[in-house]
Amino acid sequence: MLTIHHMTKHFEGAPQPALDAIEAELHPGRITGLVGPDGAGKTTLMRIMAGLMVPSDGTVTYDALDVARDTQALHAVLGYMPQRFGLYEDLSVIENLRLYADLRNIRGAQRSRTFERLLAFTGLAPFQKRLARQLSGGMKQKLGLACALLKKPRLLLLDEPSVGVDPISRRELWRMVREMLDDDTTIVWSTAYLDEAEQCDDVLLLSEGRLLFGGQPAALTARMDGRVFQLLGVPEANRRQILTGALERPEIRDGVIQGAALRLVLTADLAQPPPESLGGGTGTRMVPVPPRFEDAFIDLLGGGPGGDSPLAREMPVRPDSDRPVVEARHLTKRFGAFTAVSDNSFAIRRGEIFGLLGPNGAGKSTTFKMMCGLLKPTAGESFVAGLHLARSAAQARARLGYMAQKFSLYGDLTVRQNLFFFSGAYGLQGKIQEKAVAAMVDVFDLHPFLAGSAAGLPLGYKQRLALACAVVHQPDVLFLDEPTSGVDPITRREFWNHINGLVGKGVTVLVTTHFMDEAEYCDRIGLIYRGRKIAEGSPDHLKADARTPARPDPTLEDAFIALIEQSEDREAVLT
Amino acid sequence: MLTRLRALMIKELLNILRDPKSRTVLIVPPIIQIFVFSFAMTMEAKNIHLAVLNLDAGRAGFELVQRFQNAETFSSIMTLRGQAEISSVLDEQRALAVLVVPVDFSRRLETGETTAVQLLLDGRKTNTAQIVQGYAQRILDGFLADLNPAAGRRPATLLTRHWFNPNLEFMWYTVPSLICILSTIISLILTALSVAREREMGTFEQLLVSPLQPIEILVGKALPALFLALCSASLLLAIAIFVFRIPFQGSLTLLYGAMVIFLMAIIGIGLFISSLSMTQQQAILGAFVFMPPAVILSGFATPIENMPGWLQNFTVVNPLRWFLIIVRGIFLKDMPPTDVLANTLPMVAIAAVTLTAATWLFKRRME
Repeated sequence: MLTIHHMTKHFEGAPQPALDAIEAELHPGRITGLVGPDGAGKTTLMRIMAGLMVPSDGTVTYDALDVARDTQALHAVLGYMPQRFGLYEDLSVIENLRLYADLRNIRGAQRSRTFERLLAFTGLAPFQKRLARQLSGGMKQKLGLACALLKKPRLLLLDEPSVGVDPISRRELWRMVREMLDDDTTIVWSTAYLDEAEQCDDVLLLSEGRLLFGGQPAALTARMDGRVFQLLGVPEANRRQILTGALERPEIRDGVIQGAALRLVLTADLAQPPPESLGGGTGTRMVPVPPRFEDAFIDLLGGGPGGDSPLAREMPVRPDSDRPVVEARHLTKRFGAFTAVSDNSFAIRRGEIFGLLGPNGAGKSTTFKMMCGLLKPTAGESFVAGLHLARSAAQARARLGYMAQKFSLYGDLTVRQNLFFFSGAYGLQGKIQEKAVAAMVDVFDLHPFLAGSAAGLPLGYKQRLALACAVVHQPDVLFLDEPTSGVDPITRREFWNHINGLVGKGVTVLVTTHFMDEAEYCDRIGLIYRGRKIAEGSPDHLKADARTPARPDPTLEDAFIALIEQSEDREAVLT
Repeated sequence: MLTRLRALMIKELLNILRDPKSRTVLIVPPIIQIFVFSFAMTMEAKNIHLAVLNLDAGRAGFELVQRFQNAETFSSIMTLRGQAEISSVLDEQRALAVLVVPVDFSRRLETGETTAVQLLLDGRKTNTAQIVQGYAQRILDGFLADLNPAAGRRPATLLTRHWFNPNLEFMWYTVPSLICILSTIISLILTALSVAREREMGTFEQLLVSPLQPIEILVGKALPALFLALCSASLLLAIAIFVFRIPFQGSLTLLYGAMVIFLMAIIGIGLFISSLSMTQQQAILGAFVFMPPAVILSGFATPIENMPGWLQNFTVVNPLRWFLIIVRGIFLKDMPPTDVLANTLPMVAIAAVTLTAATWLFKRRME
């Protein structure tokens, strides 16, 4: 048993502790989820449990071992997989395994047995000779896991193993970890994806260094029973405005878009509002749905941020247009003999959110990069705001805003300098530039941070600054690359409030993501697999396609996996 | 376009100057290096250890040894007692040279017979050994001339004057050259890191999706680097003139004109390396692949004329070679504008090639 007792970790110079008086017990035979957004203290806690860092106060013990002092003995039973597992990119799969086996002193017959077992277990057996750097994100994580499992550990610490991994590989990782769990093993799985919490036996929910909840996840979600509803029959074109309105009501604690429906969480002890009062007309009805872990988390944090977007108020309405604002025509990209994207076409209307989904290495990032001009297509064309992206590159790029998943800001520059640089790069100057920057500062509440380095911003504000830099020039089109992965749910809601508001003003959005919550906000989704678009439609449409008698109400993730399996079956039939 | 370029250049300058590490790298190492290297790279032979085996008991032998003892070149004189000690003294590098005075040295001189003293030198230090040999020859000549003034009178003597550096102060030679080499390093590192750093931080894609054209991005990176390298070179120039008191004979305008062209050539190379590198580590490695051959083939340490002909051809494409000629010329002899121009034109060609290559590669790497 791993016992954490009154443990605090304070980093020098930080205003508040990274971990504040943590009290927890982790039991063998169970997977304990360490759940929380980026910056909550997950990695710090992991490193302390692995004996790599000493707590400022309190103790961590594993059975009789003091983790901070008996590191030698601890490391004999410990398997630790850090966030970026130390794979040697220029070594092959089998060479990486051999290296870690040498380090762990596993030799002879035991070694070949272990390799055989792990290669079969991870499905990496056919790829033994492939270089680690050529593996997809999911395969890299599996190889990292295999290396951590070489000597069967009694305490296994996995630091965000599923980050950047597509839903299929994620399910496989979970299956692998489940399979190796036995009565003696204690497994800790840290994650920023709140939906993974529900798969854990126990959960430690961290937020800003504090332990908000410890125990079985169902115990937390049970608190929300009877408070979560789906609002169905909403006119599809208005669902974003209706959500915005609903979130401003005191009875509504939290809400998100789920395909064509809205998912609403009611405030405890307040009466349920009649569905037609929410602005969707008489056809709307409220159906209770089972609560999720995230609902409970938001409730613990005091509810969502409301539905208002001051950003949308600043934005002018985009002119109407019947022609698609973003268009891909037969996009193809080949790298040598390998075809990454093959004949991909889609069109996005004004004021529409279009999502590109697909497993790692399927070609969705390549498609995305061709759409924003970062890659030149081998064949085919892409258009932004009616402009040909290759022929009038600069004009087309001037109309788009881009936000990458990691905050691509200049960390050494101040918040103000970042804003002035990005607005200047888009050709704003003088009074207009100053007005635009001032508006962003007001909208995103950046006043207190203006003179500080962007690198020193709290994570939530980095997210805001990144969005501010992407929209300061009032683009017609927004390109988002997994914009809210790892971000805390409140900031994520604020972010989507802004996007919903912008879309209401006629801004067109293209988003690529692994993150099913983000995909639910899309009007339409293009599912990419092996370089081809295998499905296109609204989230509800995709879910309907994946509906089977065994699974009458599939989630978007179920639909994602089912559609890919169907496509594989079709290919198997053809070949 | 000018608005975008201005924004980019301000960003670039702020990015370098706001980072305490790159700020320090820009100022402190060049200053330390110009001081340390100036004193370290002496071309003179000083502080030489000499061993003497004087087998002669006479006056002449004693006097000759005295003359060696009084020479500034030799910081210490070790007296040996026998032949057996010679090899170990040289072998263990306790002395660079051993002077052996034969038993009959005084007697033979008195009787007017010819005689010889032996100088054994450590050939491992080729250059210093040659210089010491020259010194020793001069001491012996002086000794003989004083011994027999009449016999020493020669019909003609050689009168030497060293122009531009009358006292052959080695620093007059090394310090101006160091300005060239240090400003090469600064401009090369600044530009080599610039694109690679943005690639590593993920900001590069953010630049590429903005309306900035590739050529604007390159200009926006080249000009701030040029500005900072010029500042750094000016600082070194001031140190050379006011601290080392190297006479500055020529025209500052000509020097700065040539310097801008030279730095652009180097910046082209730096941007080329940067376009090629995915990480800052690769960029630094690339810069260090370029630096040593550029310095050695510049004529800084060894004259280009002494290199084999085929190798001399390579030095033509080395911008440092031409800039060294200009800097030394302007510093020490007020090089006329036509000569400056003649040595600048090759650099113009080199800069055109490196900048074009960098632009070409930069655009290519985006596809």
